[in-house]
Amino acid sequence: MNAPAWFQRVALLEWLPFGRSRSKPVAGPIYLGHRRVYILPTRRGLAFACALLFMLIASINYSLSLGYMLTFLLAGMAVVAMLHTYRNLVNLQISAGRAESVFAGESAPFHLHFANPGHYPRVAIELDCAAYQAYCDVPLHGSASVVLRVKAMRRGWLALPRIRLSTSYPLGLLRAWAFAHLDMRALIYPQPDRAQLSEMRSTAQSGTLRDGGSGTEDFYGLRPYQPGDSLRHIAWKSVAHNDLLLTKMFTAQAAAELVFDFERFPSAMDIEARLSRLTRWILLAEEANLRYGLQVPGTRLPPGNGEAHKHACLQVLALLGLPQSASGS
Amino acid sequence: MRALSFLPRPPVAGGLMPFNVLLLIGGIMLAAAPHLQRLPLWISALTAIALLWRAWATLKGEALPRRWLLLPFTLLTILGVYLSYRTLFGREAGVALLVVLLGLKMLEAQKSRDVASAVLMSYFLALTSFFYSQSTLTALLMGVTIFALTAALVGAAARQRPIPEQLRTAGLLLLQGIPLMVILFFLFPRVQGPLWGMPADAFSGKTGLTETMTPGMISSLSQSEDIVMRVKFVDDGPPRRDLYWRGPVLRQFDGRTWTAGPDYAPDQQYVLEASGTPLSYEVTLEPHHRQWLFMLDLPVAIPEDAVATVDYRVLARAPVHQRKRFVGRSALNYSARGGASAKDLSLALELPPDFNPRTRALGESFARKKLADREILALAIQHFQRGQYVYTLQPPLAGEHGVDEFLFDTRRGFCEHFSSAFAVLLRAAGVPTRIVTGYQGGEINPVDQYLTVRQSDAHAWVEVWLKDIGWTRVDPTAAAVPSRAEAGLAAAISADETLPLLMQPDMAWLRALRMNVEAWNNYWNQWVIGYNVDRQRDLLHRLGMPAPSWQNIAMTLFWALGLIVLILWLWLLRRVAHADPAQVLWQHFCAKLKRSVRRRSHEGPLDYSRRAARLLPQKADEIEEIAALYMTIRYGRETEAEKLAQLRLLVRRFSL
Repeated sequence: MNAPAWFQRVALLEWLPFGRSRSKPVAGPIYLGHRRVYILPTRRGLAFACALLFMLIASINYSLSLGYMLTFLLAGMAVVAMLHTYRNLVNLQISAGRAESVFAGESAPFHLHFANPGHYPRVAIELDCAAYQAYCDVPLHGSASVVLRVKAMRRGWLALPRIRLSTSYPLGLLRAWAFAHLDMRALIYPQPDRAQLSEMRSTAQSGTLRDGGSGTEDFYGLRPYQPGDSLRHIAWKSVAHNDLLLTKMFTAQAAAELVFDFERFPSAMDIEARLSRLTRWILLAEEANLRYGLQVPGTRLPPGNGEAHKHACLQVLALLGLPQSASGS
Repeated sequence: MRALSFLPRPPVAGGLMPFNVLLLIGGIMLAAAPHLQRLPLWISALTAIALLWRAWATLKGEALPRRWLLLPFTLLTILGVYLSYRTLFGREAGVALLVVLLGLKMLEAQKSRDVASAVLMSYFLALTSFFYSQSTLTALLMGVTIFALTAALVGAAARQRPIPEQLRTAGLLLLQGIPLMVILFFLFPRVQGPLWGMPADAFSGKTGLTETMTPGMISSLSQSEDIVMRVKFVDDGPPRRDLYWRGPVLRQFDGRTWTAGPDYAPDQQYVLEASGTPLSYEVTLEPHHRQWLFMLDLPVAIPEDAVATVDYRVLARAPVHQRKRFVGRSALNYSARGGASAKDLSLALELPPDFNPRTRALGESFARKKLADREILALAIQHFQRGQYVYTLQPPLAGEHGVDEFLFDTRRGFCEHFSSAFAVLLRAAGVPTRIVTGYQGGEINPVDQYLTVRQSDAHAWVEVWLKDIGWTRVDPTAAAVPSRAEAGLAAAISADETLPLLMQPDMAWLRALRMNVEAWNNYWNQWVIGYNVDRQRDLLHRLGMPAPSWQNIAMTLFWALGLIVLILWLWLLRRVAHADPAQVLWQHFCAKLKRSVRRRSHEGPLDYSRRAARLLPQKADEIEEIAALYMTIRYGRETEAEKLAQLRLLVRRFSL
């Protein structure tokens, strides 16, 4: 923000890589006014101009009046197309919608809403955000939603990068574009690990829980499938979700509560591995409809159950050890 | 295609919308259609096969040939074009290459980029059809072509549009482009072409007058309805009998054919004494690929880019390959003494010794009377008037002594027989005579008041040298058959002869139709096809720029274009008022309430009004009443005017 205002508005700065970080994210809806929309010919447009030049030369050389007419009709059409391309983007309003939480390694869907106050439909609006694309049409006087999926590489808050909205409709000869940097964040949970779950019982026990063998009265945990296990005890839900064949274990004496403790891992395991393992357990426990709690440095969540509890636990894991400045409401 | 089935199957033509591909194929076919008659058969056939194959593959979802197979095939095709035309760069070869490459391009087009480049090539192909024809019909055909191609280009820019929308967008863009086209067309600084040499074979022979005259030549022209030129007189035109449009002058006769003869001595002057007010007129001459410009007998002012000869012909400096417009002035009363050196006059007396003995004998008998030239002329005219000659489109075939046969035996002939016989007779009588060919008459088109001169108006007459007044025009055809010059060909020939269809008197309605069509064509030619440097200067002059430089033109163009773009811009981005007055009132109400209770973006009228009523208990009734009324109007089945009025009243009264 050190540069003078006029300098900021130079289009070049906006799409050169070093110009990217200059804009600050905005919370509210962004209205694409005339000052935000830029327009330049595309490669196809330059080819079109070359074709027109050839046509003009042919018309002059052979004194073709209809050739002039055709050339000028196409030139006029290209100018009109410029107006149409520009108005296809200008006066469009984009606002932030939900940002769904996903696990690291997955794509986080950011929901964006477009409102079109214009008396004409918006066609073929393209969204580019880092390497991710989406595409939408907005009806006249209407609205449309579009989901932009951004790959989440690590846990924590994933901020939506600046979006480049562009369109080359109707002829593809010119491209109008604008930038929208919306303040949108998705909470990215740690990636559940995929290791064999041999350790689960010993580390997940909170003292009162003990190995009750393979009774059938009360479910108390899961272990990897072993040949010979009854098919009735296979946790099919988790098979579907995790591609892991697990056997439900039951015990008459099993405690109803588990508390997952960050500290009770072998000291060789690093933080991310522990968080991944804990995430995995939370998912499994929730799936098995157990009551579970979480103990991490600085935070303790009492045992509970249900979607909200699961997300609370996962949020703690997602943000553990990350600077608080990045988090917020 | 069965032969290709051993190849691994290439990707199906899937990336493009089928309708779009078909639209493009249709556009290419339309753009190539006018060239079909000129292209070698193998090119037309190959292109048609390629396009139909692609259409079939698109409709059936079939595979396209693989690219590596197309490349050598394309090279072979280019070689074929080279072998057909012995070049790749001429106009004809270029068109052939464009057509066949477009066909092959369609066999490999997979992406919207391919569609776009095919559309650009097809635009150019559409232009090339104007090399051969610039008629209204061609323009209409190319209009349809451009529409189809543009719709395909629109389809390439958006992934999925409903077909009517796609067509509508293309039509809209073209329509909105028309004002800009008009401005550019009239104001873009015109350059006189060509920028480089035209191919030598650009012009083929056409019907029309030539530099020689043999019996049967002009009567064959009389069957042609082709337009020679259109003339607009500044004031009223002269009567039809005075309309002699001067063409080649012929001085040498070999017994059968009249030719121009040797050149005039170079030191002679264009000598003309004219009396009376000269006539001004504007001629639009169709291209005849020769130099002469037909002007009324006799020209007193000629166009800048023309020269006048001593025998009063007017020649353009270059052959007229394009429709040419020029302004001329002629005097109908004149005394012409040019081209009358002793050598010229003796040439105007020469006759081949072994032909037409009877005519020569008659002429010599005139000469023996020792009369003045003028009296001999009167005798000759008298001979023609009394000889009961018949004017006919089908004269009998002439033998060796054609003039004798006409004058004494058959007595049936067309204007070339009359003039040729008259000239031979006078030369034999010792009066210098020459033949002038050209056109006589013309027809006023009542629709646009242009005089239309056709090939069927071709005529030949005679000029006689009289010492006191110079070259004097004598029309022996008119002397024998006065109606030829007074009323035209149709009136002059006998009723049982076949006239060209449109000259028949009972085809009046057809003639009226033709008049209208031709008047339209004339406008088209004058203002569209014939719009050139001169016409532009003329237009700018009328717009108040007497001597426009190109900078003036460029500025005018710039401002005119800017104005049109501004108007389009304001119109395209106009704000449209809310259609629903109830909603406007509701927003007004929300704005009033905003100071106390701001509506949250997710709140509908019901939630908002309830919350507002809770927060503002003293206004609760009013708020709820307004909200209820608004919801009734907006979401109810029908809207009543009283309710709207009531809502307006309540909102206006509401205050915090």
